[in-house]
Amino acid sequence: MAHLTLEPNLPAPDDAYEALIAAHDGLTREESEALNARLILILMNQIGDLQVIREALAAAKR
Amino acid sequence: MTYQDRYPLAFRLYPYARSADQGADQPAHHPVTIVGGGPVGMATGLDLALRGVPVLVLDDHEGVGQGSRAICFAKRTLEIAHRLGCGPQMLDKGVVWNRGRVFHDRDEVFSFDLLPEDGHRYPAFINLQQNLFERFLVEAVNDARAKGAPIEIRGRNRLTAMEAGAEAVTLHLDTPDGPYTITTDWLIACDGAKSPIREMMGLGFEGRVFEDNFLIADVKMTADFPTERWFWFEPWFKSGASALLHKQPDDIWRIDFQLGWDIDRKAELEPARIRRRVDQMLGPDVEYELDWTSIYTFQCRRMERFRHGRVIFAGDAAHQVSPFGARGANSGIQDADNLGWKLAGVIRGDYPDTLLDSYDAERIHAADENIRNSTRSTDFITPKTPQSRVFRDAVLHLAAHAPFARPMVNSGRLSVPAVYDGSPLVTPDALPGGPARSRPGAACPDARLSDGSHLLDHLGQGFAVLNLGATLPPLPRDLPVFSFDPKAEPLLAERYLGQAERALYLVRPDQHVAARWAACDAGKLARARARAEGRDT
Repeated sequence: MAHLTLEPNLPAPDDAYEALIAAHDGLTREESEALNARLILILMNQIGDLQVIREALAAAKR
Repeated sequence: MTYQDRYPLAFRLYPYARSADQGADQPAHHPVTIVGGGPVGMATGLDLALRGVPVLVLDDHEGVGQGSRAICFAKRTLEIAHRLGCGPQMLDKGVVWNRGRVFHDRDEVFSFDLLPEDGHRYPAFINLQQNLFERFLVEAVNDARAKGAPIEIRGRNRLTAMEAGAEAVTLHLDTPDGPYTITTDWLIACDGAKSPIREMMGLGFEGRVFEDNFLIADVKMTADFPTERWFWFEPWFKSGASALLHKQPDDIWRIDFQLGWDIDRKAELEPARIRRRVDQMLGPDVEYELDWTSIYTFQCRRMERFRHGRVIFAGDAAHQVSPFGARGANSGIQDADNLGWKLAGVIRGDYPDTLLDSYDAERIHAADENIRNSTRSTDFITPKTPQSRVFRDAVLHLAAHAPFARPMVNSGRLSVPAVYDGSPLVTPDALPGGPARSRPGAACPDARLSDGSHLLDHLGQGFAVLNLGATLPPLPRDLPVFSFDPKAEPLLAERYLGQAERALYLVRPDQHVAARWAACDAGKLARARARAEGRDT
């Protein structure tokens, strides 16, 4: 069974972070919230494993 | 006192008549008394009476109330109604439908197909006004009584007080001729979501209340919309936060509008105001009449236990769900189906009293499943927090172009019968390769047989064995066997064998699977039956 990793897993973390921030450029708070929600749903589907998603939710709540 | 009706009647079916009990010196005694003449009370009474148990049904009205109310009846309800004697009437009158479409604004974002499967007597769903279902049930009661079934309905008999004792329950009733008192061994409370019996006994009803109002506008019109369930989130016609359109018999269409929490109920029920909403939806040129209107709110909650000694709760009295998913009336009929054979056997002395505790276990399991599904639908339709709303809107937005989001669109997950997985009555599965749908605890899937009959016609009296090519152990005389050659019965092979070559099923009187094996001896069969009868814990 797959598990969540909290170890570094992105080859270029600065690039990924920049892309995330850039996606919100010029958006209102509401538009940003909506974008984040769509992004989370898309990433949940990409993960495709409820166990990993539950672990991610727990890690985010710590 | 004057005897006031709480609601107007659609059909006056059992006018008040003074009974001999009312002049008796001592309170008359009845083995089973059911309070509440709705679909669950009538189905429970009919099931018990057909099993030979004398039943008294008390209703505080003289027939069926107006309004379509519940309109979607599932296959399992129709199968149970068939056994009770009114399935064909429901199917003849009902509107069969298979497809649901869900729109956001103008765009279709999700659709589902109930996938009609061959070889069933009944379709996945029909739409039928609840008052017609209730009328068919009362007619089935009258037919059964004419053939000798021991059931009596007393109209305008209202329960005003009760005492639940260890040996019997005392019921104080009011009638147009004044009060009288009876006693009963068993009281079945089918008195609805506001259950007066629950109140009189001081029992809780815990759960969630949803802060939203929905307007029902049943309209009569000759329209050529397809017989599909159409649901809109944020509809382009702006008649509500969501809307539903669904066909009923007699050119009646159910229209539902989501109004929000802070509304002026009285103003919203004014016909002119309702017509404005309907006109926006249907367009200005469509002619229709308002047939029935109502505003409802809803809750998802249940009692902690459904059995309290000699008092047993069923239907909305025991559990309540939101209407999305058609899980209210359909689950109540399954309560009746689960309770009937158990209580009849306990009264006959065949089964121990503790078998009734399994009604609690099995139907609470089912209620929790219904509440879970209905709560999820409601959270999607009526998001309870700003963040929940943001995610709901994100799903609807994504569903237009991302297929993964479409199955998350939730306008109701339709009722399917609960599988009693983990029930104390069920023997673990011993049929490797057997289909999951007919596993122990499941309601037997129907199948048309080569002689033209249906499997479920043969099941449902007492316990029975279904044999598909297995070697039969010696069987007790009171356990009928239905043997079929799986090579000649492809539907049975598909639904009961799967990858297995042969199988033996033990089926309960409610047509649920108690146990199944690839091979079985007399000892295993006897143990499984004892377990299913509550004699082995």
